[in-house]
Amino acid sequence: MATSLEINGRTVQVEADADTPLLWVLRDEVGLTGPKYGCGVGQCGACTVLADGAPVRSCSLPVSALAGVKITTIEGLGGNHPVQEAWVKLDVPQCGYCQSGQVMSAVALLAGNANPSDADIDAAMDGNICRCGAYQRIRAAIREAAAQSRA
Amino acid sequence: MNAHVDKDAASAGATRRELVVGTALVSGALLVGCSPGDLLAIGSKTEVGAFGPFIRIAADGAVTVFNKHIEFGQGTHAGLAAIVAEELDADWSRVSVEQAPANAKLYANTLMGVQGTGGSTAIPNSWMQLRKAGAAARAMFTGAAAAAWKVPEAEITVKDGVVSHAASGKSAGFGELLTAAAAITPPAEPKLKAHEAFTLIGTDRVRRKDSRAKSTGQARYTQDVKMEGLLTAVVAHAPRFGAKVKGFDDAEARKVAGVVDVIQIPTGVAVVAKSTWAALQGRKALKVTWDESKAESLGSAEIEAKYAEWAAGKGALPEKLKWETFETRGDAAAAGEGEVFEATYDFPFLAHATMEPMNCVAQVGGKGGTKLTVASQSPTLDQLNTARIVGALPGSIQIENLFAGGSFGRRANFQSDFVAECVHIAKKVGKGTPVKLVWTREDDMAAGYFRPLTHHRVKVRLDKDGFPAAWTHRVVTQSLMKGSPMAPKGIDSSTVEGAMGSPYLKATPAVDGQVLMPELGVPVLWWRSVGATHTAFVMEHTIDQLARKAGKDPVAYRLALFEKAGASRHAAVLKLAAEKAGWDKPAPAGVTRGVAVHESFGSVVAQVAEVRIVDGVPKVGRVVSAIDCGTAISPNQIAAQVEGGTCFGLSATLHDEMIVKAGAVERTNFDSYPVLRNSEAPTVETHILPSTNAPSGVGEPGTPVIGPAVANAVLAATGKATFRLPMIRA
Repeated sequence: MATSLEINGRTVQVEADADTPLLWVLRDEVGLTGPKYGCGVGQCGACTVLADGAPVRSCSLPVSALAGVKITTIEGLGGNHPVQEAWVKLDVPQCGYCQSGQVMSAVALLAGNANPSDADIDAAMDGNICRCGAYQRIRAAIREAAAQSRA
Repeated sequence: MNAHVDKDAASAGATRRELVVGTALVSGALLVGCSPGDLLAIGSKTEVGAFGPFIRIAADGAVTVFNKHIEFGQGTHAGLAAIVAEELDADWSRVSVEQAPANAKLYANTLMGVQGTGGSTAIPNSWMQLRKAGAAARAMFTGAAAAAWKVPEAEITVKDGVVSHAASGKSAGFGELLTAAAAITPPAEPKLKAHEAFTLIGTDRVRRKDSRAKSTGQARYTQDVKMEGLLTAVVAHAPRFGAKVKGFDDAEARKVAGVVDVIQIPTGVAVVAKSTWAALQGRKALKVTWDESKAESLGSAEIEAKYAEWAAGKGALPEKLKWETFETRGDAAAAGEGEVFEATYDFPFLAHATMEPMNCVAQVGGKGGTKLTVASQSPTLDQLNTARIVGALPGSIQIENLFAGGSFGRRANFQSDFVAECVHIAKKVGKGTPVKLVWTREDDMAAGYFRPLTHHRVKVRLDKDGFPAAWTHRVVTQSLMKGSPMAPKGIDSSTVEGAMGSPYLKATPAVDGQVLMPELGVPVLWWRSVGATHTAFVMEHTIDQLARKAGKDPVAYRLALFEKAGASRHAAVLKLAAEKAGWDKPAPAGVTRGVAVHESFGSVVAQVAEVRIVDGVPKVGRVVSAIDCGTAISPNQIAAQVEGGTCFGLSATLHDEMIVKAGAVERTNFDSYPVLRNSEAPTVETHILPSTNAPSGVGEPGTPVIGPAVANAVLAATGKATFRLPMIRA
């Protein structure tokens, strides 16, 4: 089935069954491999993208549900978003596999809350697992990005 | 992977030589008199430039360092490059890193004899090798400049990639001198810098080279490999360990759009398709029947009960299974007057649960020979196991090594399990067609290779001063190395390291330490910090309980024992952590502190954990760490490893527990196998002990200390000890 998706500001035509999760369409059809497969059941957050600005788990979202929805993947941030700059400045990534998802969750958090409290950060980031345990730097980088954005 | 190679490198090397020759015979070629490096290098196309296998310098003076190790988060991209840059006096901002290809002759781990990463050895084994490589290249530039400028070489200096002669005012970049330098014969024993001359090593300038790629979605993992004509495979695996395919019906699977083939392989039935989703749908439609006659029948509960019985001296041991001594001194069973402490500790199977489930890309049967594109922790093992399947010389197997989405030991596998599975599929597909094997989270968790389920039984008699007079210790756990090419002649020390050699045992006059290593159908493997994952907990939590019995402060009690054992490095890190944590001052209201110290992979880590009990569950806040890891290359990345290792260890302390039932894995995704999340992660402070010793391990030593530190804090808060992990059972 041909589906029209709006990804990173472009309209993209894809051939995929209605129940195909967005993640596999992005990775296998569109060629955007920033979002990662980690669990397939919305538990780990490695596949996080933004749907109309809200963080969603693309592994559990069928393409049929996305008509007219603006999708943003990590590739759509442009590479020097304040969150990404903070991530680089603090050397947040270790293996890095979860970081696309972490960055997207952090971007969504800061878009709606310029000065998040520790509790806000916990609430926004608990859906993103990092097995390397870079959590402390993730929290610090979110505070850093928030400070930079306010400056 | 293996912490023991450094202790017995020679004999381990011999074992591997046998392995290599054995493999050559299997693949139809008999080569006598070849070293493993020679044999593995045959067919290798690796080109070595003028500056050797680790360094390439471009015409514009930019320096590329070849990383012979995998980068799976531990920061080899920072540390190894910094060693080269320091001795070369390169401009750090113009140093980049590339993964070296598989080539055991050029890129062997100097502590293992084969190319591989493990045992926290990436920096330690490369330290002298890369210093020499950098210094030799530097000497080539100074030699070239001296000849060109007709000045004494001794008067030439190098700084940030610029070669200068102060007296004549001449200077030139690496790029300008490149051709002349490349023609100079490098000195065999180049002069190395004294520690006090280091300008990069040990500074905060040594930062990761891959942070931007990994923060922008551009870092390339196996999962991300794209190639012309790439097919994706998923495999229907056996439902229980040891079950085999009896038969299958692929009629419905083949009807799924995008499915191109269904193939039986030794480990199951593979569905090969044009996309991942098609392969997954194909697998769903596949019907496989399994022969479970030889499948493992035991589960975690039965195994644990059996281990406890054996450790207590009850019940007959299976034939051929016998206790082996790992440490013995005096008569530990002799009666005495002091108080006696007895405890048992239980640890479950643990999955590595890397964020990137295992996967591999293989091409077999094409004109270019066999090629793997995969995050390979042990290229040599992967070459050998692949060569065995395709019938080629190991050195002819090409590997393009990629970033790994975590490993924690999982990828250093004697059988190269997921690599071999992919090669089997690619061999059947043939024609050099690239096949990407994708494991789902469920495949990954159900595949086993767990940290073994482990039982400890400890009995300690104290002397009149409250210090251990006699220590009896029993450990029951599967061997990690038995039956492998690296199987040791004596006991498998990876099962008891950390108890064996503990300063507490050294300080005890009578010791009887024995280990029992039963065989099971559940495959096991090293898991970040290996034996220390359980031994550190047992030793450090026991010590706190003994200190309470003796009525002594846990830090003072440990320091007294370290004094008796001559464990000065342990004492130094403990003092540093205690001082930085304010151990002598009262803890904040509602907070209790716990302390632990452990040596692993040549480094010693002490931690003081601040814990609150919230709804009956420990919530860890601040963790003050001190580490002695010899010369610190990258303080920032050492801190990152201590932070991350602490989280990894805390996850196992609080949550991680793999349950096996009747030979089947019960928990196959993060909903049933909870792991540490952001809100539970502590804030770790890392203090590095100044040292000019050679660098020791950093990737693993941060992991095993937090568990006992937290248990000791809980003990202090509640009076209750912890005899089973995890603390919170799902």
